[in-house]
Amino acid sequence: MSANTDRTFERISLVCAIGVVAVVFLIGSVLLWESSPVFQKLGWRLLTNSQWDPVGEEFGLVPFIYGTLVSALLALLFAIPFSLGIAIFLTELSPDWLRGPTAFLIELLAAIPSVIYGLWGIFYLAPWLRQSVEPLLIQLNLPLFRGPAYGIGMLAAGIILAIMIIPIIASIARDVFQAVPMHQREAALALGATRWEVTRLAVLKYSESGILGAIFLGLGRALGETMAVTMVIGNRPEISLSLLAPSHTMASVLANEFAEASGALHLSALAAIGISLFVITFLTNAAARFLVWKVSGVAVAGRRE
Amino acid sequence: MTNYGSRRFVNIFMFCASLLSVVVVLVPLFLVLFFIVSKGASSLNWSFFTELPRPVGEPGGGMGNGIVGTLSLIGLACLIGVPLGIFGGIYLSEFGKGRFALVVRFATDILNGTPSIVIGIFAYTLVVLPMGHFSALAGGVALGVLMIPTVIRTTEEMMKLVPNALREGALALGVSYSQTLIHVILKTARAGIVTGILLAVARIAGETAPLLFTALGNQFWSTSLREPIAALPLQIFTYAISPFEEWQKQAWAGALVLIGIVLLLNIGCRFAINNRNMKRR
Amino acid sequence: MAEDKIKVADLNAWFGSHQVLKDIGFSMSEKTVTAIIGPSGCGKSTLIRCFNRMHETVPQARVSGQIQLSGKDIFREDPVRLRQRVGMIFQKPNPFPTMSIFDNVVAGLRLNGVKDKSRLEAVARQCLIKAALWDEVKDKLKDSGTSLSGGQQQRLCIARALAVSPEVLLMDEPCSALDPISTARIEELIHELRPNYTIVIVTHNMQQAARVSDFTSFLYMGELIEHGETKQLFTNPREKRTEDYITGRFG
Repeated sequence: MSANTDRTFERISLVCAIGVVAVVFLIGSVLLWESSPVFQKLGWRLLTNSQWDPVGEEFGLVPFIYGTLVSALLALLFAIPFSLGIAIFLTELSPDWLRGPTAFLIELLAAIPSVIYGLWGIFYLAPWLRQSVEPLLIQLNLPLFRGPAYGIGMLAAGIILAIMIIPIIASIARDVFQAVPMHQREAALALGATRWEVTRLAVLKYSESGILGAIFLGLGRALGETMAVTMVIGNRPEISLSLLAPSHTMASVLANEFAEASGALHLSALAAIGISLFVITFLTNAAARFLVWKVSGVAVAGRRE
Repeated sequence: MTNYGSRRFVNIFMFCASLLSVVVVLVPLFLVLFFIVSKGASSLNWSFFTELPRPVGEPGGGMGNGIVGTLSLIGLACLIGVPLGIFGGIYLSEFGKGRFALVVRFATDILNGTPSIVIGIFAYTLVVLPMGHFSALAGGVALGVLMIPTVIRTTEEMMKLVPNALREGALALGVSYSQTLIHVILKTARAGIVTGILLAVARIAGETAPLLFTALGNQFWSTSLREPIAALPLQIFTYAISPFEEWQKQAWAGALVLIGIVLLLNIGCRFAINNRNMKRR
Repeated sequence: MAEDKIKVADLNAWFGSHQVLKDIGFSMSEKTVTAIIGPSGCGKSTLIRCFNRMHETVPQARVSGQIQLSGKDIFREDPVRLRQRVGMIFQKPNPFPTMSIFDNVVAGLRLNGVKDKSRLEAVARQCLIKAALWDEVKDKLKDSGTSLSGGQQQRLCIARALAVSPEVLLMDEPCSALDPISTARIEELIHELRPNYTIVIVTHNMQQAARVSDFTSFLYMGELIEHGETKQLFTNPREKRTEDYITGRFG
């Protein structure tokens, strides 16, 4: 009898494991199935057209791809120096008693729900940008900072995204730095290196690909982040060089239009955005895991909203 | 050495920069928490937890339906996410060897990295389309799928932490494998697995994106799984982007409740994990 | 003989509340090789890590007492500058894996702001020759430092330490991770370096101590039991415990 229960137990767990794999397959195939009408009808034009007009049945993904990439890259630009600074502080600099509390607070940043960042973004970040920051940027008279100061727009989205991905990049980078063997640090120290030179020579150089992996993981999160971005980016499918202008991302257009899609083709076009997002985040995450694992054997237990 | 002064300067400068980056990043954390507490507390009262939202123009009202809705959605999600996650984790730690285990791990990683809004489309197509309307069930499916990776990961890790001597000790007594698993391994790993589930719950409790076109939201009490249902994060979103001041106030109060739930779960889990690690050491 | 290069007096060292070194005092002359022997855990490594103030970099480590280098108290000196004068070779070869052989050798010079390519090349060549590695690597200076064998890596680390022109070389069981042939090469190298450097070598291998050193210190449970000329210490130890240890009665 016990041999029987043994087998049943193994079978149940096998079925559940297969179930998990099936869910992933199902996600991919469901999206593919739902987006196939628009792919058949429009083909590559979907990816080259920059017009998005659901009523006129014009579906071009370019503005969303642009908005997604620019907002995510902007977020990385802000997030990378801070994340590495935090990771360096935690592994190389912090006194023992401060390490735990600091790491805890940084991780708390990752626990706050996206919609709450959005709420804060609408009522505090965006007005502050509009009144205090953007007027100054406009005076620089660069093409990046043209047009009226709305507060809401690409810049606000980039900042909010940066806040949300900093804890991710920082915590992975910290794990990667901790995996640098002590003898590497001592080698540099014994050569007469200052503490910063030890960090640069032994720690940062040693973990280059791990850092890149952490950055990719942050990128994956930034690309798919929805609520906070939707609430502060302005939701306008236009391509503008100015970071002050409102924009739209793949995730934010889904949040805005999916529930009220105006027709079968509109829904299909939105599903096409969904599958593009699925594939892009899949690729960045796969790259991230490979890079981090390669350098340090640190398994990435990724986090999300 | 002539340039030693500049090297010392760079050293101090870089470390000040690193300290500064910690401080700068903690500023938004405190700002967010500060504003939520200060704005939310003034709109928070008993009726917020018990009453329905009022129409525009009428002050007062609450998000009682949203709180209940979020709890029901979490319950539904657990029905899907917990068994799949725990048994998946058991498979990986106890039976999974060779290529298929790699596939399962890889699938878990993909699922973990998939944007939640994409999971929402999945639930929409799978549940909403066949049923013909938005429903609590669809929301539960979306959140349930989102739970899976966290639960699998923690279950696997916790079970692997059970010392092998314990397993072998039980098996050597002639106890069958499944009994060993249930009475020895799972019992030892239980607290850790529960912590993992609570962490997963903390994560989905604040999820909004996948609910936008599954659970949809509801201005009224609803207990039916087949009907749209209110959810706290959805209501925060709707009210936050609305132009009405009373609604915006309600959004802050909702945010305070939501963040209370999420942080409580998170901090609680962290203490549980730390305590266990201490004991192990 | 020349005056004392290193002079140790009343040296105590702790990890947390555990005292690893107790009232150590002895001195070393310039351009000699001193071996530090003793059973594992007796504090040999901690002792030489005090000489370049690496001991203090470990959390909760403390040190008290005096160490003089050429008559000056090292604890009043800037540790970074001190470590340029006192090079160190570790138990496990630790070249920087992301750097080429060449970059490894000149890493210390670059820290000091030397950018002149011909000077770097000259120093690299000279140090690799001194470390008896030049012939083996002269055609692959661009290869990664970790592509070398263990013994070669250790000589690369020696070359790297020599490049910042130290006065003292500390070697912390430099051969314990190496095979006998590589060990023999490192021992030869120590002989060749002796006329120019003051060398302190920690070893658990008494034959090695007898072969390479002029003076030997025997450390036991954090105390310096005996310090003297190697020949005298091994043939005619003053202390009973030294005799017991070198004849293999414990350790």
